[in-house]
Amino acid sequence: MARMKFLCDADRCIECNACVTACKNEHDVPWGINRRRVVTINDGKPGERSVSMACMHCTDAPCAAVCPVNCFYTTADGVVLHSKDLCIGCGYCFYACPFGAPQYPRVGNFGSRGKMDKCTYCAGGPEADITAVEYGSRENGQFIGYGSNRLAEGKLPLCAEMCSTKSLLAGDGEIIAQIYKERVVQRGYTSGAWGWKTAYRETIAS
Amino acid sequence: MARMRTPLRFLMAVLAFCVTAALTVPATAQQKQPESVNPQAQSVKEQQLLQELQKIQGRTSLPDSRSSVLEQPAGRDWRQFHQVTLRWIGAIAILGMLSVLVLFYLIRGMVKIEAGRSGRTLVRFNAFERFVHWMTASCFIVLALSGANITFGKELLTPLIGPEAFAGWSQWAKYAHNYLSFPFTLGVVLMFLMWVAWNIPSGVDARWIREGGGIVGENHPPARRFNAGQKAIYWVVVLGGGAAAITGYLLMFPFYVTDVTGMQTAQMVHGIVGMLFIAIMLAHIYIGTIGMQGAFEAMGTGEVDVNWARQHHSLWLEKEAEKGHVKGSSVAPAE
Ligand code: SF4
Ligand code: SF4
Repeated sequence: MARMKFLCDADRCIECNACVTACKNEHDVPWGINRRRVVTINDGKPGERSVSMACMHCTDAPCAAVCPVNCFYTTADGVVLHSKDLCIGCGYCFYACPFGAPQYPRVGNFGSRGKMDKCTYCAGGPEADITAVEYGSRENGQFIGYGSNRLAEGKLPLCAEMCSTKSLLAGDGEIIAQIYKERVVQRGYTSGAWGWKTAYRETIAS
Repeated sequence: MARMRTPLRFLMAVLAFCVTAALTVPATAQQKQPESVNPQAQSVKEQQLLQELQKIQGRTSLPDSRSSVLEQPAGRDWRQFHQVTLRWIGAIAILGMLSVLVLFYLIRGMVKIEAGRSGRTLVRFNAFERFVHWMTASCFIVLALSGANITFGKELLTPLIGPEAFAGWSQWAKYAHNYLSFPFTLGVVLMFLMWVAWNIPSGVDARWIREGGGIVGENHPPARRFNAGQKAIYWVVVLGGGAAAITGYLLMFPFYVTDVTGMQTAQMVHGIVGMLFIAIMLAHIYIGTIGMQGAFEAMGTGEVDVNWARQHHSLWLEKEAEKGHVKGSSVAPAE
């Protein structure tokens, strides 16, 4: 089985936010939650870079380690998913996550944050694949369910699939690392595979 | 033809010179430019930023400013604290205290009222004081159990009751933890105000500590209303409870005051204070129940036996007797 990863080539990202929009649309993510976001470092200065970031689906994921109710699991593809049935909304995964991925529908409501939501790598949740239960409902501002399960349909995450500059790569970690390495050799420069060292303890061509 | 060629050659030479000269000027200017443009030259680099900063932060076009933190590897350190360090602190403090108490009980047993009960009593804590104590105490027990559940529960309870039942219980434990924090905090504030006047350390405490108080030592050094041990408990509750409350509210109202780094620190303080608090309260519960005869009544009925008071709080008893607060006798019990 392939070990799925994300890679954002910051030297290509043009901060169009299409990945952010595509994700929100695909999974019908409610207001206030963005599973993916584009952060611009040194905005407006020479050398600024934009990085599209979501859950990195870490190796030995910190969120899973600290969760007091063990609601995380890693799929055979290396995707880190969680169960909203078990989640108690304590916020601990957010403290541990190096990438600010876990988010809550109700922030700061006497600690009733609601069930945690984060990027699923378009791989749904613990419910049966490609079902309405897995997709979930969006009633009353609640966010039950996980959104669509493209991986089960044999498709890759939408954000990366529709990236216009192919800055955001998703897929087998070894293949996307190879693509990135070739790019770096061809163009002769890199600002780093952002997050790889922290998430996967790996560096590519830096 | 040969005559024509010479001026032509001359003309060509002049032309060639001009062209060369014209070309040379921009050529020298061009040499100052880099061979090829490297768009990377000034760009931010991840590794460099991570070395310089704790976390990488930028700007997003989302209205949610929290999303502008791109990376905070400190989450890994916090994980280490939560999963390893805090568990060791908790296990050592709580199990350590329990074994010390068991050992102590086996060696020393219950500290008896040496002169036996006199039958005469005096009020130690009035109804309001007892209400505040028990409100805070009962909240504390729930807070301690639900708090320890977050650190130890998944290892200890999940194998027993299964993940669903454990998640259900943890959900309720979390609600209880959050909501009971309010009466607990109120109780800590009231105890601070109610008893602060008697809890300022004084010279009497030095002697009490030197002689090991009434529980470790055999002598019963004089003490006012609260002896040095009780003063220590008082300040643990006031300062520890205060610290737990402040850090707890920082976590309960995320992002109102602090960001993710602040919340990690708050959780660390909250966790350590909580574990030590539990350990110290175990000792407090021990002395208040099986550790010392006649002590529980102080918080139970509110009245203590005069002989208990003479043994443990002689100076306080003298004062109270002078005021005529001792029931059942007109004789001043002070020796
Ligand atoms: S990026 Fe965050 S939420 Fe995703 S696996 Fe890593 S720690 Fe967990
Ligand atoms: S918020 Fe939910 S998923 Fe995150 S650590 Fe707490 S219980 Fe686990």
